[in-house]
Amino acid sequence: MSFEYAPAPESRAVVDIASSYGLFIDGTFVEPEGGKTFKTVNPATEEVLADVAEAGEPDVDRAVAAARRAYDKVWSRMPGSERAKYLYRIARLLAERSREFAVLETLDNGKPIRESRDVDVPTAAAHFFYYAGWADKLEHAGFGPNPRPHGVAAQVIPWNFPLLMLAWKIAPALAAGNTVVLKPAETTPLSALLFADLLRQAELPPGVVNIVTGARETGSLLVNHPGVDKIAFTGSTPVGKRIAAEVAGSRKSLTLELGGKAANIVFDDAPIDQAVEGIVNGIYFNQGQVCCAGSRLLVQESIADELVDRLKRRLSTLRVGDPMDKNTDVGAINSAQQLERITMLSQAGEDEGATRWTAACELPEKGYWFAPTVFTDVHPAHRIAREEIFGPVLSVLTFRTPAEAVAKANNTPYGLSAGIWTEKGSRILALADQLRAGVVWANTFNRFDPTSPFGGYKESGYGREGGRHGLAAYLAEGSAL
Amino acid sequence: MTASVSSATSDARTGADGSSSDTEKVLARARDVVGATELDDTNLARYLHGLPGVDKVGADGRAAMLGTRSIKTTAKQWALDTIVSMIDLTTLEGADTPGKVRTLAAKARTPDPSDPSCPRPAAVCVYGDLVHVAKDALAGTGVKIAAVATAFPSGRASLDVRLADTREAVAQGADEIDMVIDRGAFLAGQYSKVFEDIVAVREACRADGAEAHLKVILETGELATYDNVRRASWLAMLAGADFIKTSTGKVQPAATLPVTIIMLEAVRDFRELTGTQVGVKPAGGISSSKDAIKYLVAVNETLGEDWLNPDWFRFGASSLLNDVLMQRSKMRTGHYWGPDYVTVS
Amino acid sequence: MSARLDVRKTYKLFIGGKFPRSESGRTYEVSADDGAFLANAALASRKDAREAVVAARKAQPGWAGATAYNRGQVLYRVAELLEGRRSQFVEEVAAGEGIKTKAAEAAVDAAIDRWVWYAGWTDKVAQVAGSANPVAGPYFNLSVPEPTGVVVVLAPQSSSLLGLVSVLAPVLVTGNTAVVVSSEKRPLPAITLSEVLATSDVPSGVVNILTGRTAELAPPLASHMDVNAIDLTGTVGAEGVAWGELEAEAAGSVKRVVRPRDSEPDWSQLPDGPRRILAFTETKTVWHPKGM
Repeated sequence: MSFEYAPAPESRAVVDIASSYGLFIDGTFVEPEGGKTFKTVNPATEEVLADVAEAGEPDVDRAVAAARRAYDKVWSRMPGSERAKYLYRIARLLAERSREFAVLETLDNGKPIRESRDVDVPTAAAHFFYYAGWADKLEHAGFGPNPRPHGVAAQVIPWNFPLLMLAWKIAPALAAGNTVVLKPAETTPLSALLFADLLRQAELPPGVVNIVTGARETGSLLVNHPGVDKIAFTGSTPVGKRIAAEVAGSRKSLTLELGGKAANIVFDDAPIDQAVEGIVNGIYFNQGQVCCAGSRLLVQESIADELVDRLKRRLSTLRVGDPMDKNTDVGAINSAQQLERITMLSQAGEDEGATRWTAACELPEKGYWFAPTVFTDVHPAHRIAREEIFGPVLSVLTFRTPAEAVAKANNTPYGLSAGIWTEKGSRILALADQLRAGVVWANTFNRFDPTSPFGGYKESGYGREGGRHGLAAYLAEGSAL
Repeated sequence: MTASVSSATSDARTGADGSSSDTEKVLARARDVVGATELDDTNLARYLHGLPGVDKVGADGRAAMLGTRSIKTTAKQWALDTIVSMIDLTTLEGADTPGKVRTLAAKARTPDPSDPSCPRPAAVCVYGDLVHVAKDALAGTGVKIAAVATAFPSGRASLDVRLADTREAVAQGADEIDMVIDRGAFLAGQYSKVFEDIVAVREACRADGAEAHLKVILETGELATYDNVRRASWLAMLAGADFIKTSTGKVQPAATLPVTIIMLEAVRDFRELTGTQVGVKPAGGISSSKDAIKYLVAVNETLGEDWLNPDWFRFGASSLLNDVLMQRSKMRTGHYWGPDYVTVS
Repeated sequence: MSARLDVRKTYKLFIGGKFPRSESGRTYEVSADDGAFLANAALASRKDAREAVVAARKAQPGWAGATAYNRGQVLYRVAELLEGRRSQFVEEVAAGEGIKTKAAEAAVDAAIDRWVWYAGWTDKVAQVAGSANPVAGPYFNLSVPEPTGVVVVLAPQSSSLLGLVSVLAPVLVTGNTAVVVSSEKRPLPAITLSEVLATSDVPSGVVNILTGRTAELAPPLASHMDVNAIDLTGTVGAEGVAWGELEAEAAGSVKRVVRPRDSEPDWSQLPDGPRRILAFTETKTVWHPKGM
């Protein structure tokens, strides 16, 4: 007798989605001056969710001016203890309205409701709560007796964790005393727009946070605006490089959080069942659309076959489908464009001679879907070992010795994260020393906490988000010398 | 130092018919898996300590994630019925009387008087000296009689006493024997003693034409670490356990979801290696339908269909049954139920 | 029409999450600054003090074992409830300290904000006071602050809410539990604070509050062998108390001692960093080799 799980859908009714949204500037929603809009869709069904404004140059001007006014007249004059209390309000409101935000995030992004509910929203609320407590303690944060904010921060965030990335940007910026103009990703604007409504309930002074929706052009206008003191960007490495080039020669402070091609290293003495879970979590969590995804499995050759067998067995229990179903493990790919990239690179993997295996699962007719896939017989020269796929595709390589594992793990222009699986503590620490990655997870993966700094080496970017270190980006004393 | 297992079996060989060649098969397989002719402490330790470790945080995380599964409507109905059919309805009190056992048996015979479609539990579980009472009361129902034995719950008595305890329960007609391992011996590294005990009790279950199945209680709460749970599971299976069981229910913590999952992984890997399927029984501390459903989900996603029936998975519980019955009634009628409407046992 | 008679509050002790009377059955009269009768407060005995220590010890592992985030949320919740009771506290502080409403409001507001300030430290102390230490060898070496355990706090005699909050909150941040001896002559806000703690998510026994004579309660607590630290701030202005003697008693189990200032500080000033938090912590340093 088999145990079939009946549908367990979360209800959409808990959240109100407007048919159209304006830009959130100076505390209210306004129409874009150019009148341009674009649509945001549910990637699981291709249904249009809403019309969203596209901010043009006059809109970006207006938003930056509002942020500047709010900074000069209100926010920079407010004692840290009062700023703290606004941030605490935001954290508490996010926790109170968590269900609305979780449902909205799933509808707009395609990620399973279980993830939005259990990871994205609670971690975002915790992030605000943590940074609230720094707002009135900056002199104890290790940046000198009187650290000052930059002023107006321009923040551009990606589509993979829309609300969480918003929290990672806005919370420390405000805690440090900056005001913000934030541009959410083109395909996932809705949770940021609901966040604007939350700011109304928090009674945050107008102009302290401004949200301008749009696509690449809006982001470019924002980043290049002369009225902006600081830029924080999370997104792809090519775009990050372009921004760095554009900002060069100016006095704007910049932090970047870019791509990755993390190695998840499994030794023959790994706690094997937990390692399998960690591998699965590392590359299939959020459909693999994670900058720090463990997209390269480096397994010790002596246990490679056994590990891959166990992995495939485990993958066959992954539930792929309707993101609004509470039992779904793997949701939809965020956009047609992203799906195309994943498909193209997977084909390259096959063309280059790697062995492809895909979990058997029924994919829905509409929407953007990619079944969890594993490539074995992958070598460092292959494209799928070097390029960030940003999808549920794992490349498996082998190694013989710890030194070889380190060499292969570091052999990439990226350096965001890495995983180590072994029961031997001294090996974990020795390896962690040698891995050129900003985050090292040992016997676990994809763990995030507001207190824990996150960021990359090399082409994965610079600057850290989270923790005491995360304040540096938003304080003049933490930035340029 | 410790007597190796070969001398113990030569004693057994003088005893029963049939059971000794069965024992020989178990021992041969154990020697083969462990890779040694002598199943002494050193060799057993080498093997058991060479099994992959268990990371506690990761194991707890996996259990927590499985606990988020939302089982509704038709799936929930199926789950509730299945859970009832997997329950070993239990009374193990010093104050048990024939009357108490008869009441329990009556409940097993007719769990829900208002709903004849309600399945019966798999078994009742009683102390060995009350087996005959349960047997009479449940004749013709198909409900099995399980007896705890081997100086349950502590197990602190000589092997002779523990075997006598077992034989008596078997002679009274127990279909299943739930034994306890010697936790003291295990924690002291005397793996061969633990192993030999199980082999001897298993023989007693199969002596004189009897075919009582053997469940081996590890008492995971006393083993303390997840690594020990994995090792004890393998030791018990190598010694021929038909079922491995978490707890006596007399020690806190009793069954937990992470510990049970480790045991599910052990039986999975054991079948992969040897071809032999072993059952799992979490016992103690599972009193709500919600919790029991999590266990069923864990079985489903760790092992699959093959273990999703009472032949291979049981719940050792007493108050769980009434909670499940109330949930069944709620699903049938749409309103929340109350304890006045289910029978005490 | 005749004026409505108010229903007066009974002020009892706060031990283990409950409000018992003193086991001695005694009370004492609490008057306003102008001598008017305010209430009878429980006159705690050394046995009550002993019970409070038992309760604090029992609660300590659980409180220390909660995540820093959780402790921060619990403490923030206390501030939410303090805010809700603002007017009640203003009345009690004004009456008890003999100050005008406006000054009482400033004190109560400062007390709430002080509590919020401390709530925000729970998940930051380790980052400020801990370190990875670059030892000269292949070892990972980490120092972290840990709570010392059960802390006795002699609350300030004069500032009955703001001062109380300023000495109590820092103790709780890292996971210590507290036995508080309130201001002798101005104990009422401490019990109202207990009501706030009892209805927030603070686990029973994390904070225990005794009202009564400082001179009677301090010595048995200072010499108690199951107390890890003692804050002697409340000896300033207390009748019949010599803080040096208490410190000498405390030496019997090598307690960590926070000495009082010469006079009661100006509590309206924001604390100078986490020093009051760190006074009640131990530093744990762990070594682990690094080798392939």
